Amino acid sequence: MSAIHTLDVSGTAKTPFHRLVRVELRKSYDTRAGFWLLLSIALIVLAAEIIVLAVTTVQDEAIAFGDFIGVAAFLTSFLLPVLGIMVLTTEWSQRSAMVTFSLEPRRPLVIAAKALVGVLLTLATVAIAIGIGAVCTLLYRLIEGHADWTFGWPDMFAFLLTQVLAMLGGFALAALLLNTPAAIVAFFVYKWVLPPLFFAGAALMGWFDSLRPWIDFQSSQEAIWDWSSSGEDWAQLVVSGIVWLVIPLAIGIRRVLRAEVK
Amino acid sequence: MIEVQGLTRTYGTFTAVDNISFSCVPGTVTGFLGPNGAGKTTTMRVMVGLTPASSGKVTIGGHLYKDIPNPGRHVGVLLDASAQHAGRTGREILELGATTMGLPSSRVDEMLELVSLTPTEAKRRLRNYSLGMKQRLGIAHALLGDPSVLILDEPANGLDPAGIRWMRGLLKGYAERGGTVLLSSHLLHEVEQIADEMILIGNGKIVAQGDKKTLLAGAAAKGGGVHSYATALDNAALAAALTAKGITVAGAGDGLRIEAESVEVGRAALEAGVVLTDLRGGEGGLEDLFLELTAETQREAIS
Repeated sequence: MSAIHTLDVSGTAKTPFHRLVRVELRKSYDTRAGFWLLLSIALIVLAAEIIVLAVTTVQDEAIAFGDFIGVAAFLTSFLLPVLGIMVLTTEWSQRSAMVTFSLEPRRPLVIAAKALVGVLLTLATVAIAIGIGAVCTLLYRLIEGHADWTFGWPDMFAFLLTQVLAMLGGFALAALLLNTPAAIVAFFVYKWVLPPLFFAGAALMGWFDSLRPWIDFQSSQEAIWDWSSSGEDWAQLVVSGIVWLVIPLAIGIRRVLRAEVK
Repeated sequence: MIEVQGLTRTYGTFTAVDNISFSCVPGTVTGFLGPNGAGKTTTMRVMVGLTPASSGKVTIGGHLYKDIPNPGRHVGVLLDASAQHAGRTGREILELGATTMGLPSSRVDEMLELVSLTPTEAKRRLRNYSLGMKQRLGIAHALLGDPSVLILDEPANGLDPAGIRWMRGLLKGYAERGGTVLLSSHLLHEVEQIADEMILIGNGKIVAQGDKKTLLAGAAAKGGGVHSYATALDNAALAAALTAKGITVAGAGDGLRIEAESVEVGRAALEAGVVLTDLRGGEGGLEDLFLELTAETQREAIS
């Protein structure tokens, strides 16, 4: 082969990871769907906190900073997984994966960039939720004359970690299914249908009762909030995390890496 | 520059691409022709690593596509102009591409201007684009990184006649500056005016390749027959002169269809002193060849 027929690529640097992250971050809000999903998360948290604040002040009930965070955590625990799902599946439903993977054939890096964007957006959501919670607690103090700021660093950390895990749960299902509606349905089955089934199974069958803590990722996450958890609690968190996060993510990534991108 | 070596891609028992080999040279436009479902798109997808090959390989400038760093800077790819998020604006799509490749925003403006998309059009979302506008945007995206190789799947699809002429000029100029272009089409007329080399594919196999002359000679040898069309002030005299030379002549519209190259017709007219008003080589030779070679995969029977 003559020299003219070869391509000199020695002068070209590989696309750095931070650039992929920047592009993926931009993709998460540059469409109406993405923009409104992010804004909705903030607005829903804000609306819920205002309702909680109104109810507690009208009825003169006691509420702590941590309770406001609890409300936010409850809501974002099923909004963030939808975000985690959309970050990944829109590439397939909109077929833009063809372009993304032509510009960066190292697919694991693209997936890692997307996962990191999910984590960054989760951090932002957590920060906004804490901000809204703080403002609400402050308002409560102005109205009621006193406030309970009980919410320590361990709680903050637990809030953050559980939200990241929730987002990654959605991301893992998205990688496995590569389809927005299917992944969202699967996530809500996991979130709402499985716990009662686990509960009923544990009540009816003795052997399942002892197995359940090892496969019920949602209830095992309580260990994160409770710092007095035993070593067994943490082991159960890790094992159930492998079942619900690592295995679907591994199968999903394997699938993305081998998939024919149409 | 593009080397396809013994490429095969199967889907279960179906063979989409069957052991094909060809190469594209810098400074030329290579036309990749075949009916729908012949294997053109699959071949191009393997080239850029979106579809794994079952066997064989494709190298671009000696590299596998996946080994080219920041590939957008070396190889411009347009496989499907609609394969973009419908909710993004044209400009945003180019901005994302430019950011990935590490190019400044000014490059986006340059490309929009090159493909004649106005700033207003660039602000519209892709779902509101016509197919022709999507193709222009796709070509702009492929050219963003100033690549030396272009791989375009059906780029003329959806372009109006002026757009097709514009694209022809663009790609010719690109090849003249030393670029390598591979473009596919299922329309012979679209490709034969621009391509220096043509590769005809049918049923996953290459059925003919070469420049237009070689292909036409091949068509003649196969009995497809070279022919030409002529109109003279005195058609009867021209027909007589040709018949005297042993050339078959038939009436066609206002003129004659002659089973010979146009040069033979000109010579006969000169010798007989007949004034020609129109003389052209029949393109049908190539078209017949194309249809015949790809007959197995044609959906319609050839009449």
